[in-house]
Amino acid sequence: MSNEHYSLHINGTDHQVQDAWIGESLLYVLRERLGLPGAKGACEQGECGSCTVYLDGQPVCSCLVMAASVTECQIATVEGLRPDGGLTDVQESFLSEGAVQCGFCTPGLVMAVHHLLDTNPSPTELEVKEAISGNICRCTGYGRIFAAVEAVVVQRGNR
Amino acid sequence: MVETLTKSRFGIGTNAPRPDGTAKVSGEFSFSSDLWAENMLWGATLRSPHPHARIISIDTSAALGLSGVEAVITAKDVPGQLTYGLISADQPVFADSVVRYMGEPVAAVAADHPETCRRALDLIEVVYEALPVLSDPEGALDPTVAAIHPDGNLIRHQRIVSGDPDVTGDVVVEDTYVIGMQDQAFLGTESALALPDSDGAGVVMHVATQWLHEDQKQIAACLGLAPERVRLQLGGVGGAFGAREDISLQVHTALLALATRRPIKMQYGRHESFFGHVHRHPATVWMRHHADTSGVIQKIEARFLFDGGAYASTSSAVLINGVTHAQGPYKCDNAVVDGYAVRTNNPPCGAMRGFGVVQACFAHESQMDKIAQALHLDPVEVRLRNAMQQGDRLITGQVIESVAPVQRLIEETRQIPLPPEASPHPDPLSLPGGSGLASEARHVRRGIGWGVSIKNIMYSEGFDDYATARCTLKDGKASLKFATSEVGQGFVTIAQQIARTVLGVDDVDLEAIDTDIGSAGSTSASRQTWMSGGAVDGACRLVRERLFQIVGQQHNVDPLRLVIEEDEIVDPLGAFRVSVREATRDLVITEEFEHHHRPTEDLDENGQGNCHVAFAFVAHRAVVDVDPELGLVKVVQIATTQDVGRALNPLSVLGQIEGGIAQGLGLAVMEEIIVKDGRVLNPSFTDYLLPTTLDAPEVVARLVEEPDPQAPLGAKGVGEPPCISVTPAIVAAIRDAIGRDIPRCPVRPQDICL
Ligand code: FES
Ligand code: FES
Repeated sequence: MSNEHYSLHINGTDHQVQDAWIGESLLYVLRERLGLPGAKGACEQGECGSCTVYLDGQPVCSCLVMAASVTECQIATVEGLRPDGGLTDVQESFLSEGAVQCGFCTPGLVMAVHHLLDTNPSPTELEVKEAISGNICRCTGYGRIFAAVEAVVVQRGNR
Repeated sequence: MVETLTKSRFGIGTNAPRPDGTAKVSGEFSFSSDLWAENMLWGATLRSPHPHARIISIDTSAALGLSGVEAVITAKDVPGQLTYGLISADQPVFADSVVRYMGEPVAAVAADHPETCRRALDLIEVVYEALPVLSDPEGALDPTVAAIHPDGNLIRHQRIVSGDPDVTGDVVVEDTYVIGMQDQAFLGTESALALPDSDGAGVVMHVATQWLHEDQKQIAACLGLAPERVRLQLGGVGGAFGAREDISLQVHTALLALATRRPIKMQYGRHESFFGHVHRHPATVWMRHHADTSGVIQKIEARFLFDGGAYASTSSAVLINGVTHAQGPYKCDNAVVDGYAVRTNNPPCGAMRGFGVVQACFAHESQMDKIAQALHLDPVEVRLRNAMQQGDRLITGQVIESVAPVQRLIEETRQIPLPPEASPHPDPLSLPGGSGLASEARHVRRGIGWGVSIKNIMYSEGFDDYATARCTLKDGKASLKFATSEVGQGFVTIAQQIARTVLGVDDVDLEAIDTDIGSAGSTSASRQTWMSGGAVDGACRLVRERLFQIVGQQHNVDPLRLVIEEDEIVDPLGAFRVSVREATRDLVITEEFEHHHRPTEDLDENGQGNCHVAFAFVAHRAVVDVDPELGLVKVVQIATTQDVGRALNPLSVLGQIEGGIAQGLGLAVMEEIIVKDGRVLNPSFTDYLLPTTLDAPEVVARLVEEPDPQAPLGAKGVGEPPCISVTPAIVAAIRDAIGRDIPRCPVRPQDICL
């Protein structure tokens, strides 16, 4: 396997990737090379959203992105949401509304919900459903997740 | 006896927060797939492409020669028992002479990178000779068909004969129902990290499992090691739903670690996960109900055929659950029921949420609607007329000794308001087919359907089931130790709640979940709230008793008069009062407790016996919109009332209800592993469809809290009931919308419109 060296800009910091196989996905590099396991892999096919990160502010499935192809992008992961060590309003709301069970879908959903509410501060019920329909949760049946999103909308004074 | 416990802050009955919540929302929680060790290698499994074949030869030399590969192992490298299994050890660690299902493990490799592993697997040369595939479960019952396993093709048969088998009814309805193979589809796929002991004669494993001690026993047997040389720690579990009750990659990972003397991480991708765990049994259920002219059931006849696939797993327990729940939550004195679980070359099936009862319920609820239809009765009315009550006798002869609020569940569900009529100009996204935007509002028809169920909770048939917990109280702080698998259900939360309430403390530490304490049994069969909850409660009470003795002695108060109120020890008859923190200063009290449920019995040859411990009930009403032209369905609303005994954490209960409903919805309208001639055709999330946010209906849930006097905390398990009768309710609603008989689930577009 060929050995590659490149660097990625993640959560505002440059990370060197050494001796990597060029075929590695961004998800693999984040998790297995850079010690950022917050993004999860559950399908490796772009179907579940567990691996959601932002590339230049846009949510993407990191399982579908080749790491070596995004050296020019700003990458943001769930680890970068709370630089001060606290929780964001979305994270707090997931906890207080009971939106977390096994938690495997949670980091991806938290990323998807932040993006939704940043771009559409007062989404309708259907807009919420549509926006996060790419994030599968097998445990909750989504009811508490909708409640968590709604609670943030209200808290932010948008409803 | 259930006593009234005081509500301390985040004690029993509150929506206490999850102790693992902050870590889970921030991405810091360690799932088993997040684990990593210095000098670690990756493991991977080679699987059979054939559903049934003889192995002529295996050549691993090219794989071993690949740079980066450290080990390649096959059946001949298994030092201990060559097979494993939950109830009978009939499944090979690696196929030896023959493979019996597509995806059966044949070899495993350890290498420096997952990609090296994949390439190494490609280099292993296995020569197979294909054998005839036994894919039809009826064929497995044919004595002239060759056995595909030394244990034979019949895994288990059970008959139930109750009352007068010759009774007939004024109205007779029957049909044959088909239930498809569902996948648990937990999000966190199978994964483990194995660390070999430095002497190479033992291993520490971090694994996502439902039952640490059972894994330990099975792994140790296959490794040829004493169980104490195989220590298990629970790796963070990304959902389970039954699929982690059986061994998957545990033995392979441990073998590779011992072979290479290096840490091994193994993790299945989604495709492999479909082959790496058991699924819900597909079943064919024939039922005939006899009723009198008022719709009261006179007799039930039924025949169940469960396809167990290539290995037994929990098939025999699934079969017993099926046949013993044939009557559903309804009185019935006379019954003749036969059930078979058989072996085929299809994927092995085992436990999934509601195991066996899901299949029975789909049939009996469809039958209840047929009785209603035959007599022009309301589907609710026919259910109310037959509703089981406390004191009724099941077809096994077992008496329902405890709470059975079936009528109340149905009545309360009926009172839940129906959703508003469909709007004439709806958002197209809300129509059947959702974002496909295919439906037109003018074609859409609405339907309503009902489902009611009974589910046994905990293990049955004489199994001495228990759970262990230890509690330590020190300086006003409690800590708890147990081996209970937290799979997402929130046992860790209620364990803390129990300790807070019993001991009057706020801080409850949870020690590592591992095999350094006695077994907690499996996180399955809705049993942990009752079993491990009972163990934690028992341990905390023992600690409290000792604390009262010490405090009583110190302050000259009769310890029997002391109680906990909020965070204080109080003598309600006198003036004595001291805070728990104060009373436990410089004191350490530790107690361990094993909770056993009451004994159960095996069934006799007529299916008679007290084989179950306890039961939980639930009612569901579904409202659906159907586009009959396109065969598309949108589930609009699920109304439900569940018998929970007592809600220890109402928010968690609601989460279980909503989550279970989503899984039951999946089985009703979209989830099916499609198997043709023993081959799985859709092993991916692209082709195996799971409910998304756009499929999620409005859920209106009510709880009936009649504490179960036999349950340690009055609480019944709540995990399985939500997913059981919602499936037949949805299918009944589809039938109601289009006026067509659909005897199978999931309902496919072609079942609606062709
Ligand atoms: S792992 Fe990337 S979408 Fe599922
Ligand atoms: S909480 Fe388990 S998958 Fe969402």
